[in-house]
Amino acid sequence: MNFGTIISPDVLDGLIAFGINVLIIILKIVVVLAIGLLHVAYATYFERKVIGHMQVRLGPMRVGPHGLLQPFADGLKLFFKEDIIPAQADKAMFYLAPVIFMASAMVNLSVIPYAENFVIADINVGLLFLFAIAGVGVYGIFLAGWASNSKYAFMGGLRSSAQVLSYEIAMGFSLVGVMIMSGSLNLNEIVKAQQESLFGMYAIPQFAAFIVFTISAVAETNRTPFDLPEAESELVAGYFTEYSGFRFALFFLGEYIAMFIMASIAAVCFLGGWTLPWYVTKILPFLNHVPGFFWYLIKVYAFIFFYYWIRATVPRYRYDQLMKIGWKILIPIALANIVITGLVKLIL
Amino acid sequence: MIQREAEKIFETRELNVNMGPQHPATHGVLRLVLDMDGETIVNVTPYVGYLHRGIEKLGENLSYFQALPLTDRMDYVSAMSNNIGYCVAVEKLFGIEAPERAKYIRTIVGEMSRIANHLLWLATHALDIGAMTVFLYCFREREWILDLFEMICGARLTVTYPRVGGVRNDVPQAFLDSLWKFTDEFPSRIREYETLIDQNRIWLQRTVGIGVISAEEAVNWGMTGPTLRGSGVAYDIRKHMPYDAYDQVEFDVPIGTEGDTYDRYRCRMLEMRQSNSIIRQCIEKLPAGPVMADDPKFVLPPKDKMMPVTHPTDMAYFIIEKACKGCGMCLRACPAKAITGEKKKPHKIDQSLCLQCSTCFTTCKFKSLTVVPGGKGMSDDKLAELAVSPDKLPDDIKEAQQALTRQFDFIKKGPKVPEGDVYVATEVPKGELGFYFVSDGTGKPYRMRVRAPSFIHAGCLPRLCKGHLVADVIAAIGTIDIVLGECDR
Repeated sequence: MNFGTIISPDVLDGLIAFGINVLIIILKIVVVLAIGLLHVAYATYFERKVIGHMQVRLGPMRVGPHGLLQPFADGLKLFFKEDIIPAQADKAMFYLAPVIFMASAMVNLSVIPYAENFVIADINVGLLFLFAIAGVGVYGIFLAGWASNSKYAFMGGLRSSAQVLSYEIAMGFSLVGVMIMSGSLNLNEIVKAQQESLFGMYAIPQFAAFIVFTISAVAETNRTPFDLPEAESELVAGYFTEYSGFRFALFFLGEYIAMFIMASIAAVCFLGGWTLPWYVTKILPFLNHVPGFFWYLIKVYAFIFFYYWIRATVPRYRYDQLMKIGWKILIPIALANIVITGLVKLIL
Repeated sequence: MIQREAEKIFETRELNVNMGPQHPATHGVLRLVLDMDGETIVNVTPYVGYLHRGIEKLGENLSYFQALPLTDRMDYVSAMSNNIGYCVAVEKLFGIEAPERAKYIRTIVGEMSRIANHLLWLATHALDIGAMTVFLYCFREREWILDLFEMICGARLTVTYPRVGGVRNDVPQAFLDSLWKFTDEFPSRIREYETLIDQNRIWLQRTVGIGVISAEEAVNWGMTGPTLRGSGVAYDIRKHMPYDAYDQVEFDVPIGTEGDTYDRYRCRMLEMRQSNSIIRQCIEKLPAGPVMADDPKFVLPPKDKMMPVTHPTDMAYFIIEKACKGCGMCLRACPAKAITGEKKKPHKIDQSLCLQCSTCFTTCKFKSLTVVPGGKGMSDDKLAELAVSPDKLPDDIKEAQQALTRQFDFIKKGPKVPEGDVYVATEVPKGELGFYFVSDGTGKPYRMRVRAPSFIHAGCLPRLCKGHLVADVIAAIGTIDIVLGECDR
């Protein structure tokens, strides 16, 4: 049988090209997912080690050399634990909540440019997409709190939704400055625009926005000092009080991926993504030979280290104080930053 | 009108949350029922008793010496102070006094216990408010103190080191050296904790103006200790009714001004520095001498006097065949069942089973049981050769056996205590710990009652929390520094 008589050669070429594209995308997804999950595994290890050493102790040391296999031991343990569902829980929602939370965090991995030309979906509204999907994550938290039918979980869910919604505003505003300066919502374009800009990274001209973003990012991922939704001394574990086993692990995964996403946004929008500022490469030209992915990872992990550092240092805010900071301090600063950036852009 | 209709349709209720008895922030098994309007606390009802072990009632059925270890289990965070409180009270009842050296040692370990307690308080208080690193820093120093406790008495938490009439044993020089090094370093460690939280904006926002209680109200609630001093009342039993060596050392009583959580925090931080200086003064002044009062009527004979000069395990108990009437008293009394023999015939001790407990020695009425110093491992024939009648034993061994008999009597029946009642309060880290004894002249108290500061402070929780937010309940529990073991007793 001759295929030529059924499908014209043009169409066949098109199909093959399509097939190759799909294959490349699938490969990219596999790579990104593998990186994402490995990242989570070792982000917990990294956190425990960093905080351990800050607190004059060693952190995990038992499983494998220097506790390197600890994340896998933890994962296995969680996987084989009994999956307890409270009798009074809303079962469907209870099942769904961690999946929503985790999935929304994972989807965001698809638009982040890890290196030049390495992004699964190079879409023009990348930044907006990130926000939209991050917003969906709140549903996971809120539904988990609601479906557990426990007062602690419920309060955790309420706190979290209020907190994430208010800080999303501040965060969105802080990134508007970046959008104005780069003139694009495409994350690739933003990085390229930074590379060509005077300072090489937007963290310098947009320092106010960067500070607002950093604080909001901590709040957005429910980390100390804004970890009220899961404040263990008040709400036991907050919205996931009733979760156990692998459902709990899904929340855990989601949280660490969300941290990775926030660190990535910081790296891409403020720290120049995979590029180095031109003045650095001018002084040290050999750095040009280092792959961009390396710089990207360094920036991301520096930001994540900052997360851990804060956690080991400061106490927790109270709920009303947290809201005050969000609405009365961060949002006005971010708004003022937008106005000033806009004016400067107009004048120049 | 419309509003009233709406209220009928949407009936609102306060949210009732059960905090505890299993909850990460309730410091044990305190149960609080919170009535909340949103996040605001409308009312708090504390429920206690989940750790009730009837220590006061148990005390009535044990002799004064036996009840001492129970006090460890009250405030297990600062067991040493509890022991001292008990001993001081019993000493007052007996009308005896500990020797100078013992008083100084007690002051030292009491202040160490205060530091250990305040460290644990700071650790958990900070952890509750979210400062996690302070927790581990504090535990580093607390470990050091607990190791020192281990050095003097073998136990870290439930120490039972002070005794009625002194302390169990003298402190080794290595202990004093290590403690001196600790006191050298400790002030800088306190500064280390303070760098993390003292001027931290979040810490200030979480503690200043939270749980405010005026001096007058605090006194009316019966608050004592640093919880009271935070409100500005300089009441410290160590200063006003000194016991042990507190009248011979110099120290300040730090007080607060506002009576809020932050002031109470400051008070305790300053108190740790004062305790540190008290320890240093005591080590410098530590007099030589015995560590146990020598009063055969009330005080257990020292351990080394109860045993012969040679090591106790070197000796053997032996029944002199000629003197033994075969009454069977020793046979029944022997806990190891090492004695065999028929009635009215000489009994025999199986040396391989004998524990050298001396029970048979004290039971024998016919002077047939004797001790052979250094006789362990010898054959019965050899022992028979060496054995002499108990009357002809050397004086030190005779004395030792008398002491042993006295100890036996004390433990079984208790000493003869004067009738009457006594209340003695001591300043433990948590406040005023009072022991009240009613004695009917027997070896056991007729009534024992403990005034536990934690119990009284737990009662103030509703007053401290009302109108604040949920997060402040945690701060309030932390600031009054309660231990439920002591609260429930």
